[in-house]
Amino acid sequence: MSFSIQDLQLILPEAFLLFAICAVIAVDLVIKPAQRDATHWLSIGVVVATLLLVIIDRSADARGFSGMFVHDAVARLLKVFILLVTIAVFVYARTYLKDRKLFVGEFHMLVLFAVLGMMLLVSAGSLVMIYVGLELLTLSSYALVALNRDSPLSSEAAMKYFVLGALASGILLYGMSMIYGATGTLDLQKIHAVASLAAGSSHQTLLAFGLVFLVAGIGFKFGAAPFHMWLPDVYQGSPTAVTTFIGSAPKIAAFGMAWRLLDGALGGLHPHWGEMLAVLAVLSLAIGNVVAIAQTNLKRMLAYSTISHVGFLLLGLANGTPSGYAAAMFYAIAYAIMSAAAFGSIQLLARAGFEAEEIDDFKGLNQRNPWYAFVVLLVMASLAGIPPLFGFFAKLLVLKAALDAGMLWLAIVAIVFAIVGAFYYLRVIKVMYFDPPETKDTLALPQDIPLRWVLSINGAALLFLGLFFGPLLSWCYRAMGAG
Amino acid sequence: MQLNPTILLIIALAPLVGAVVAGIFRSQVGRIGAHTVTIAGVALSCVLSFYVLYQLVWGGAESYNANLYTWFQVGGIDAHVGFLVDRLTAMMMVVVTFVSLMVHVYTIGYMAEDDGYQRFFSYIALFTFSMLMLVMSNNFLQLFFGWEAVGLVSYLLIGFWFKRPTAVFANMKAFIVNRVGDFGFLLGIAGVLYFFHTLDYATVFAHSEALSGKTLEIFSGNPWSAATVICICLFIGAMGKSAQVPLHVWLPDSMEGPTPISALIHAATMVTAGIFMVARMSPLFELSETALSFVLVIGATTAFFTGLIGIVQNDIKRVVAYSTLSQLGYMTAALGVSAYSAAVFHLMTHAFFKALLFLGAGSVIIAMHHEQDMRYMGGLRKYMPITFVTAWIGTLALTGMPGFAGFYSKDAIIEAVGESHRWGAGYAYLCVLLGVFVTAFYSFRLLYLTFHGKERFVVDHGHGHGHDDHGHHEPGHLAHDPHESPAVVTWPLMALAVPSIVIGALTVGSMLHGDYFGSAVRVAHEAGEGAHGEFVGWFQTMLEGFVGAPFILAFLGFALATYIYLFNPAIADKTKNALYPLWNMLDKKYWFDPIYQAVFARGSVVLGRGLWKGGDVGVIDNVLIDGSAAAVARTAGVVRWLQTGYLYTYAFAMILGLVFLLGGLWWVVGK
Repeated sequence: MSFSIQDLQLILPEAFLLFAICAVIAVDLVIKPAQRDATHWLSIGVVVATLLLVIIDRSADARGFSGMFVHDAVARLLKVFILLVTIAVFVYARTYLKDRKLFVGEFHMLVLFAVLGMMLLVSAGSLVMIYVGLELLTLSSYALVALNRDSPLSSEAAMKYFVLGALASGILLYGMSMIYGATGTLDLQKIHAVASLAAGSSHQTLLAFGLVFLVAGIGFKFGAAPFHMWLPDVYQGSPTAVTTFIGSAPKIAAFGMAWRLLDGALGGLHPHWGEMLAVLAVLSLAIGNVVAIAQTNLKRMLAYSTISHVGFLLLGLANGTPSGYAAAMFYAIAYAIMSAAAFGSIQLLARAGFEAEEIDDFKGLNQRNPWYAFVVLLVMASLAGIPPLFGFFAKLLVLKAALDAGMLWLAIVAIVFAIVGAFYYLRVIKVMYFDPPETKDTLALPQDIPLRWVLSINGAALLFLGLFFGPLLSWCYRAMGAG
Repeated sequence: MQLNPTILLIIALAPLVGAVVAGIFRSQVGRIGAHTVTIAGVALSCVLSFYVLYQLVWGGAESYNANLYTWFQVGGIDAHVGFLVDRLTAMMMVVVTFVSLMVHVYTIGYMAEDDGYQRFFSYIALFTFSMLMLVMSNNFLQLFFGWEAVGLVSYLLIGFWFKRPTAVFANMKAFIVNRVGDFGFLLGIAGVLYFFHTLDYATVFAHSEALSGKTLEIFSGNPWSAATVICICLFIGAMGKSAQVPLHVWLPDSMEGPTPISALIHAATMVTAGIFMVARMSPLFELSETALSFVLVIGATTAFFTGLIGIVQNDIKRVVAYSTLSQLGYMTAALGVSAYSAAVFHLMTHAFFKALLFLGAGSVIIAMHHEQDMRYMGGLRKYMPITFVTAWIGTLALTGMPGFAGFYSKDAIIEAVGESHRWGAGYAYLCVLLGVFVTAFYSFRLLYLTFHGKERFVVDHGHGHGHDDHGHHEPGHLAHDPHESPAVVTWPLMALAVPSIVIGALTVGSMLHGDYFGSAVRVAHEAGEGAHGEFVGWFQTMLEGFVGAPFILAFLGFALATYIYLFNPAIADKTKNALYPLWNMLDKKYWFDPIYQAVFARGSVVLGRGLWKGGDVGVIDNVLIDGSAAAVARTAGVVRWLQTGYLYTYAFAMILGLVFLLGGLWWVVGK
């Protein structure tokens, strides 16, 4: 195995990010706790710089490091949105963490490492790279969940996440080993070639069983039912700043991983994994939407809502056509942006000693602050899929792709559950606009100007991208080569 | 030579400008401003319409057909706003704008005391615009929009006095009955779109032959001729708008509106939109004998049976309204025997003399201080000579006195029906012939009761100025002597009286026997146009009219009415008692209203209540909403119970999921 200078150029953003993280660690070590803002802004600067490196890179699609690393339009698109969402995550987190004395350098380090892991994951060209990227992401996430180590809830969540994550990693690795056994290669492209040839042979069965384990691993990463059980506990137990992160950008990365594995490596087995994903999609839609209704905790409700959105996303993936992938990618991006805004608004309303994570905490928000009530309205309506917001077109595209692929009954199920789901999003809106506030005092929102601005932009983006979804959509279609 | 599209646009838009100004800026422009601007707009339209007609008939201009604006293009279907102006259209434009202009002027006098003065002008100008868009359309979609727009204005105007419960009831009735017709119309248009893939007249008519032989299977196993289905659907639209039995019930009630709109909308123009539409669609209707027979029977039935009701009415406007129904029936019957030019010819003459009669009735109503019951009138001829003379002219035209406008058109219809061999023509011929007698009878009854005989009202001079208190006086008691109406009322009467006399004689040659309409109407076989080639000049025709059966019947009607109402009024009551069951049937209008109320109105209420109680509350609320909510709550409860919080449960669920997927795969691969 050898690499050339061209290979290094391919991973320039990732390499930059790695060295920059080391630099941030070094800076964080020498500054006083009171100067922690420096780490914060430096981290944001690093992400912005990485984003610029990704954007200005106009080089042609290529594979580097003997095929380990793939540089293509999908990877670039996914990275852009992973980094954008991460910026928002950082901005939202500052005041929240400060109020809880959690504003430590570790948060930034871990998030940045997770971002690096995601970038490698979406660019992975081999099973090994997938595993490495994934572990970098998940190990950082375990630690992030445990950030508030004095909180029993947080520790419990971290423990559950870790054990189940390890189980899922084991399942995934086991599947990978079967695939290696069947094909004799770790390279996704070669696996694809061999797997297509192997049709009918005894390897096919082995490959298919490996596939099941891969799907289970992917299902865990997404939080698809029945591999979803960790999700509500982790979302609720983590500090909201961490929930914002693990609830948003990693969904984009998970899409990248699923696409690379299922289409890139095992596209020939689509009849099998398409069915499996369809089953997972229906289960996720059902469990996510139905259980979310019974929740009173907003973070937990959003966790179940995540499960239902994953169902939609899998619906797009399951049809195995370029337009289906494009729709699923669009959905993943839309979901990450919506989710960031949703958890961002919880952080906006939270104060020291008050988490604002119960739905009742949003009562009468319109009277106390109409603008942010409107932002939350946009977020909830977009999550519910009400036109003309971003979330509506994401759902529409997935449904259209499903219909084009002839999956009529899946589309009907998805619509039925989307309607069921609208109930709990609308309940939040109802509470904000029609219920009297529980306290008479005016709302003291944090004087965090960047937080307010970015959240406002994030909310407005849901409307803007709903009205002008064309460019992003055609970007997704181009990246997937779907007309 | 081409017509100038700018002129056509001005014709259509000038009334709209007037309507907008009078409607939106009504407090700024005031009463005088409102009637000035709308009358100016309509007058401009009228003058230009005459110019267009002149260009088409004498100036050698070709028919104009072009799209002016593209509304949308979706999936191979184009929706345009465009004009098709041929001689048929031009004639309609002239009739519409001329009558509208007369009505506008007349309204100055009629509505002088009304608070809604500007609103009224805005509505009638808007109506003129809508009607022009309807007749000038070159495609079905615009036709439909115009169709609905005139319906809307009609609805607004019937309910113009929206504080009167009867007016509100009447406008709802008109609205709902027209929905029935419009539903059929929409289905017909959908059928056209389905078979021709376009809504453009020219394309559809050019390929209309493609429809023959096509069938439509609405109930499986029963293929119906597509042409028949489409034409009957379209005609159902015409039945609603042109008030044909059994969708006629709204027109008499529409008399709740102010009299000028009864003249303009419910006599001269809007109600003839159905006739115009069928004539315009003649290339389609010619494809279906069945549909034409249907049209014929409906029209003939309307012509005779609604005329009978007119005999027993006492409200002066209602008599004219039933006469309108009956005349619309004549036009429809003419359509049914493919005598499209006769139908349109009668449409034109009828527009003039019926507008005249309505406006005359309005003039009488002004004089009687808004008393409409003829039983409290009588002897008015000496108080209002102009109204009296013009009413006589209108009546003679209506009854078909040879030489007057109505004679030429009505005779042509009767002749065409008589010569037709279409199924139902025998029945229709009987209806239209007897209808002449009936028409003469109720028309002269109206004249005699109103203008002749003894005064059956009392003038209470001592009552001071009770001029404004409409409806509060006792029936038959007037505060002043009746007096002739002001000039703005009498001038339109005179202006309409002229065409009521001469228009028939002037145009019968070209319209009925010449080639006036050219390719605008299409007749498959010449049988319908029986009069073709025998035309001997209007004067000769008039002379021959004096010995024809229709004239004899009309004269009998006249004689009977004269005897009863002029010389021996007591006979009327005696006959009424002698023929009580017949009288009762007519007085109750064949019980259409109570039946509709009981079956459709109450049926709708019962159905609605059933759906509400059974469907909405029972199924949707209790089962679907509450039921699904309960189901969701139960499911959520179960799933939450599964979400124990224990790690091993979670891990177990994952393993189970994996096993489940593996098992599924095993099953699939194993097959």
